[in-house]
Amino acid sequence: MNLRSRLSLLVIQIFIISLMVALLGRLFYLQVAAAPQYKDAALSIQSRDVVTPATRGLIVDSSGVPLALNKVGVAITVDRTVIDKQEDKGEAVLRSLSRLLKLKYVDVLQGTRLCGELEAGKRAGCWTGSRFQPIPITKDADPALALQIVERSDQFPGISAAPVAIRSYPANADVNAAHMLGYIGPLTESDLAGENGRTYFRSEYIGKAGLEIQYDEFLRGSPGIKTFTVDRKEAVTNTSKVVNPTPGNHLVTSIDVRLQAASEKALAAAVARSRANGFRADGAAAVVMDVVTGRVLALASYPTFDPNAYERGLTVKQASDLYSEAQGVPALSRALQGLFAPASTFKAVSLVAAANAGYNLNAKYDCPSNVQVGTRLFRNFDSKNQGTLSMTKAMAVSCDTIWYKIAFDEWLRDGGLRPKSNANDYFFKAAEGFQVGTKTGIDLPSESSGRLANREWRKSWHEQNKDFYCNYKERASKAQQTAFLLELARENCLDGDKIRAGDAVNFSIGQGDTVITPLKLAQMYAAIANGGTIWKPTIGKAIVTTEGKIIKTISPEKIGKLPATKATIKFLQNSLREVVVSGTAAGAFSGFPIPLSGKTGTAEVFGRNADGSLKSDTSWYAGYGPTNKPRYVVVMMVSQGGFGSTSSGVGVRQIFETLLGVKGSTIVPGAAIYPEGKPSNVLPKISPATKVKKEAP
Amino acid sequence: MSLINQRQGFRRTRGKNAFWGLDPILTVAVGLLLFIGTLLVYAATRDWYAANGLDPEYYLKRHVINIIIGILLAWGTTVIDYRSLRAYTPVVWGLGVIGLTAVLIPGIGSEVNGAQAWIPLPGGFQIQPAELSKIAIIVGMSMLLSEYRHESDAPTHRDVIQALLVAAIPVGLILLQPDMGTVFIISIAVVAMIGASGAPSRWVVGLILVALLGGFGATKLGVINDYQVKRLQSFVNPNSDSLGAGYQLRQARITVGSGGLFGTGLFDGPQTNGRFVPEQQTDFIFTVAGEQLGFLGSGFILLLYLTIVMRAFTIARRSTDAFGRLVCVGVLSWFAFQTFENIGMTLGLMPMTGVPLPFLSYGGSSMFANMIGFGLLQNIYAKQRG
Repeated sequence: MNLRSRLSLLVIQIFIISLMVALLGRLFYLQVAAAPQYKDAALSIQSRDVVTPATRGLIVDSSGVPLALNKVGVAITVDRTVIDKQEDKGEAVLRSLSRLLKLKYVDVLQGTRLCGELEAGKRAGCWTGSRFQPIPITKDADPALALQIVERSDQFPGISAAPVAIRSYPANADVNAAHMLGYIGPLTESDLAGENGRTYFRSEYIGKAGLEIQYDEFLRGSPGIKTFTVDRKEAVTNTSKVVNPTPGNHLVTSIDVRLQAASEKALAAAVARSRANGFRADGAAAVVMDVVTGRVLALASYPTFDPNAYERGLTVKQASDLYSEAQGVPALSRALQGLFAPASTFKAVSLVAAANAGYNLNAKYDCPSNVQVGTRLFRNFDSKNQGTLSMTKAMAVSCDTIWYKIAFDEWLRDGGLRPKSNANDYFFKAAEGFQVGTKTGIDLPSESSGRLANREWRKSWHEQNKDFYCNYKERASKAQQTAFLLELARENCLDGDKIRAGDAVNFSIGQGDTVITPLKLAQMYAAIANGGTIWKPTIGKAIVTTEGKIIKTISPEKIGKLPATKATIKFLQNSLREVVVSGTAAGAFSGFPIPLSGKTGTAEVFGRNADGSLKSDTSWYAGYGPTNKPRYVVVMMVSQGGFGSTSSGVGVRQIFETLLGVKGSTIVPGAAIYPEGKPSNVLPKISPATKVKKEAP
Repeated sequence: MSLINQRQGFRRTRGKNAFWGLDPILTVAVGLLLFIGTLLVYAATRDWYAANGLDPEYYLKRHVINIIIGILLAWGTTVIDYRSLRAYTPVVWGLGVIGLTAVLIPGIGSEVNGAQAWIPLPGGFQIQPAELSKIAIIVGMSMLLSEYRHESDAPTHRDVIQALLVAAIPVGLILLQPDMGTVFIISIAVVAMIGASGAPSRWVVGLILVALLGGFGATKLGVINDYQVKRLQSFVNPNSDSLGAGYQLRQARITVGSGGLFGTGLFDGPQTNGRFVPEQQTDFIFTVAGEQLGFLGSGFILLLYLTIVMRAFTIARRSTDAFGRLVCVGVLSWFAFQTFENIGMTLGLMPMTGVPLPFLSYGGSSMFANMIGFGLLQNIYAKQRG
């Protein structure tokens, strides 16, 4: 062997050793250093989780009658991953499916499109879940049709039918409560991504609105998971892990189905009454609350929808109607999302403001037909001159001009257009004390906070809008260039950041930019009724397991005190009683055998409807009773409903009749919803079969 | 035959150790690999075949038969005389060239995974002439490179050119299949042998340059098939072709990585049993070791290969003649680079080529060639002792 070959041999040997070391190093990296991530990757390749959904907990009323329960339905589902592979993208299959189910093809098509696949504005009825789970066309199909699909599976590739548990809202006592209950639906991609901090399995259904979403974590339970090991052909080779489903817990609410149903009926009747009187009545809401605890006993909104429609499968029309202006936006819960000027119901706040400002409540005040405020003339309601009135009487007949005078005087005292730095702002402070402009904090999602049009709000409003008003001629449309609007724009541009005399005067009678929800008004009047405590309204009372164990009690919560002395509140209560005795609500409540108190409100609304007609007034009534020992507050609002008394006042009376067991002007013994005179604190036994309590004969 | 008998008789009188004149280290290492390989082939196929209603021992039985034939071939190669070896080599070479030509003829050769490399035989068997050509090239080149005149201790340019021709004809035919993995392995063995022969170093440098330029040119000029470009691309970016070559490579890496330090236990790998890696009993056999035996088991297999190669270096250095030394270098380079190519591919260090793992993979032709190579090493070892 020569030197060269010896050297070559050594070079080859070193080369080979280094290659082997490289392999060993790489092997170490894969199997030791990076092993965890490869183990995870392998697991996701080999294992399949089969999720058994948990039975959702019931939602029951305070006596245990189910508001939401589960039943078995037959789901007909479309597998997008299968039909998308067909040459016509599944059109033929979906067409024959829609013929079989007697549905419109466009509805079936839309129902199987992911929302993200569609242009914004054309998404009504789309599938909010994922492509990779079977998409239900309906979950409440006729079993005979389902059988046809299963038997002719070769004609329906990608379509399957199977029994599923579906959410059902049984409408016991004909209750609807759709806005309060909400509905359930498939997970969205953002739910799956854990954006709300919870983890889900793809096939789960969760609460999407109302109590269903508010208490979802309790109602949902946890699904069962079977983990299978599969091979490349997806054949199961092993079952490695089994977790049984845990059923969801039940939610006991303070709602009473009979009272809720009666409220809904009274609401519909109020709307019908308004329409018969020639008003548009495009929406309405009613709230019944326990003034001692803040518990909500009924909560209704009009127009409403069928909460079962979601599980049955929405058509494109049904889905778009939910948000259609022409249909009155049924999806909007007016009780906690509708914002309206409170009008005369707000005089309760003004009375507290006047008392705090030192006005003598026992003195007499002028109620002329109009008051000159600056350059403008502010008229009394119907321009009526009521002469000289006591404050109580002024409340009862709902005199406006008294408040114009007081509010204007106070505005001048606070510096007028050059406000003092230490302005008293009695009216704004009283409204703040009533928590106007903040949410009530009810245990429902998407509550509106309303708006308190005080100095701060005025400034920020001007900041956002001065550009428009200072260039009104260029920015506004021709139709908006009337002399009045041009003058208004000029004023808004110049001193729109300040509370003007007109703003102060309007504020005192609940007009102008201050808006509240019907629920907020109920909270305010509950506080007046109970002597000054502001409660957080609650619907949920307790979370109870399927075995009957209470795992969470939802206690009432005090969140404030009215900014008024005991004497002021007492005076206010007497005035509100006078409204019903001799004032604006006397007609609506005539002959009612149990003393009640309340206040009407008829709010002017500016602007026009879509058809060009001027908007009608908002009708309000806030009442409580029994007057001597207040327990319940009932608020009704009919948007574009006309007068407070005739539309809402009569509606509130009807609710009180059911609530207190009154027929006309007689008390029917034992007919009251709460025979002991107050809602019971005892939690009911929960069963899907619980029946509605029969009315006493 | 008389020569063989003589040698055996000679062996019987001289062989006192337990290995009948065989190199103990080499024998134990190869024996262990054959044993582990048998288990792995069985583990790779048993559950899947049973689950699909086929004979779970189908591959095991055939693998054992291959090993038995391989042992007989190794034994034959071990005891054969040098001179007979030289006499048979041209015949084997010629048969190899004929076979390599035949596989290219449509109707005779069959295509598997894009390479025209197999001749189907009756009874479901098929042979791969390229495997046998490796032996012919190594022995043939060793003959030519060791027959230099006595005043010189290195081959002349003429010897080198002749030797290269011996290699070039079969390699050219393999290129036409095309089986780039085998071409790569033979080319490295050729360069190693020329280097070890003591030939002028410019040959070595030149050949490496030619190989690099050739590889580069082939890619650029499109001589390399589409599927090979794909394999190369998926090597650079494993996600580029998620259901083809890239899929296999990613699955292979996941399977090995999921084995961890101790593995899932023999016969117990869900990745293997789910058959997520294709070609598990042949080219991707190392994934089975990786998953089921873990780093300890698969690292041990690597050490067995290193042992065989290191032992072959020792035999090469101790060899009294240039022929034995060159055969050793040829065989060890072949084993080493085929091992590196195969495991490197499994671990994502090398592009995907269809070469089996020596002694471990299922497959007759490869097993026979490996065992003949093993026999050659033993033959040379025995000659040193003799």
